[in-house]
Amino acid sequence: MMRRILGCSGRPVLFRDLSPDAPRVRVTLDGQVLHLPAGANLAAALLGAGITTFRMTPVSGASRGPFCMMGACFDCLIGVEGVTRQACMMQVSDGMVLTRPLGKGGA
Amino acid sequence: MRAVDLIVIGAGPAGMAAAVEAAGAGLSVAMLDEQAAPGGQIYRAVTGAGAGRGDVLGKDYLHGASLVEAMSALGVSPLCRAVVWNIAPDAEGITVTYSQDGRAAQVRAARLVLATGALERPVPIPGWTLPGVMTAGAGQILLKASGVVAQRAVLAGSGPLLYLLAVQMVRAGQPPLALVETQGAGDMWRALPHLARGLRGWRTLAKGVALLAQLRRAGVRRITGAGDLVVEGDAHAAALRFTVGGQVRRIACDTVLLHQGVVPNTQISRALRMEHDWRAGQHAFTPRLDAWGESTVPGVFVAGDGAGIAGAAAAEQAGRLAGLQVAHQLGRIDAAAREARARGPAARLAAERALRPFLEVAYPPAPQVLSPADTTIICRCEEVTAGQVRGWAKLGCMGPNQTKAFGRVGMGPCQGRFCGLSVTALLAQAHGMTPEAVGAYRVRPPYKPVTLGELASLDAGETP
Repeated sequence: MMRRILGCSGRPVLFRDLSPDAPRVRVTLDGQVLHLPAGANLAAALLGAGITTFRMTPVSGASRGPFCMMGACFDCLIGVEGVTRQACMMQVSDGMVLTRPLGKGGA
Repeated sequence: MRAVDLIVIGAGPAGMAAAVEAAGAGLSVAMLDEQAAPGGQIYRAVTGAGAGRGDVLGKDYLHGASLVEAMSALGVSPLCRAVVWNIAPDAEGITVTYSQDGRAAQVRAARLVLATGALERPVPIPGWTLPGVMTAGAGQILLKASGVVAQRAVLAGSGPLLYLLAVQMVRAGQPPLALVETQGAGDMWRALPHLARGLRGWRTLAKGVALLAQLRRAGVRRITGAGDLVVEGDAHAAALRFTVGGQVRRIACDTVLLHQGVVPNTQISRALRMEHDWRAGQHAFTPRLDAWGESTVPGVFVAGDGAGIAGAAAAEQAGRLAGLQVAHQLGRIDAAAREARARGPAARLAAERALRPFLEVAYPPAPQVLSPADTTIICRCEEVTAGQVRGWAKLGCMGPNQTKAFGRVGMGPCQGRFCGLSVTALLAQAHGMTPEAVGAYRVRPPYKPVTLGELASLDAGETP
């Protein structure tokens, strides 16, 4: 079994960033601090940081993450400053406050 | 309200080529696109981050930059991050309403070219909703726009895009663990009779052959004729399971990139109530168009993959034809000039299209995807299974719109983009009808969610 590379968050990094030296900004996801590439596509940046679950569904509470990356499937929905948005259609900006929509049984 | 001669929606190859021809003939053009920069999905980020990754993405990708340059040389600057959510044709013209950076605005024109491209065909297999499962197109977008590549990934499905993505991943130093293909040798045999006519599209064919050779050299494992695909995992993809030659196989992985070809994005053409036809070879609906791309809604054209899947090179030529016809209709070029300029693009378009019947038969969607098992989710948003739709059909549910009342299928945020074809197919199978007779979801505005704040920002005083 191949050894997995662990990211700064301690999670296995499932996606490799081909330009890891890009300037980073600080954002939070459910209070956890992440350093993401400034101006990067938000969904791609979160995947690059080892985050693959963006929300829980309202119907069954199942975990979901990005699927189409082109604004069509609405699976990468995430709370951005309290508004549910498509992460794949957003850019990373300094100080972003992100929250996972909790879906069924959530807030 | 801003008024122009032509509005183009979508800054991919078809939209950019239409804008270039129209602006070149002296028309004023407004171009709108949802993404952060022009290029569409095929040339995504080609003037930005992607430009520096030509070594990974290849020469065909970099071609997109020349279209962007031609467009800006003519003074057409695309409105990016502009999400179109309503289009209203009337007797004198067409009004397009969109949101950009939290504000709504309108633009009006005499003609409209829809160049909204393709979507990945839905791949309803067990586990396709798990985090870690994405489309092959998504895998490619991550590479182009963000320079992010999946590690420990399996590519699964059918279609030449899988070869291109696999080669790009090899070049990025992160080859996929395996390529699990659902088409088999039988499909290729069935496709051979189409090859003679398809040779007119030899350029594209030669590229496919070269990609396969590169994969062989790189030692990427290829398994063909796979069926019964299942993504295993509790809260995240952990493995792809499948059967091949009667044996069950399993490949542990972190990411599964699925592909069963692409289908026209007909969301807006449906909303405008254009006539559509079922294209059996493509297993999809396409809007009914004349030779220039004009639809059954006068003044509204469709160009590119949104009119039927033929690829980027064909899309560019179709865009040129639409742009020329708009220039002619608005009196900027006469019929002789239109014919002269259309000759080259029309010939190239015919050559590109000639290859499609071969590709459609050689890389068909898997039976499992066209008729999913009862327990498989087909509507990702509302988590509706194929069995539920079959159950409603037994109760007398005849059409896709009625299924909404039975169980909210197609009523989630994606508005049916990823379940529409599945629902039509399931009802057609259940009732022994053709997909054409069953029809498709009725699409209504807003085409994408819009906030009250955006609505309120619209300056109603200028609305006619």
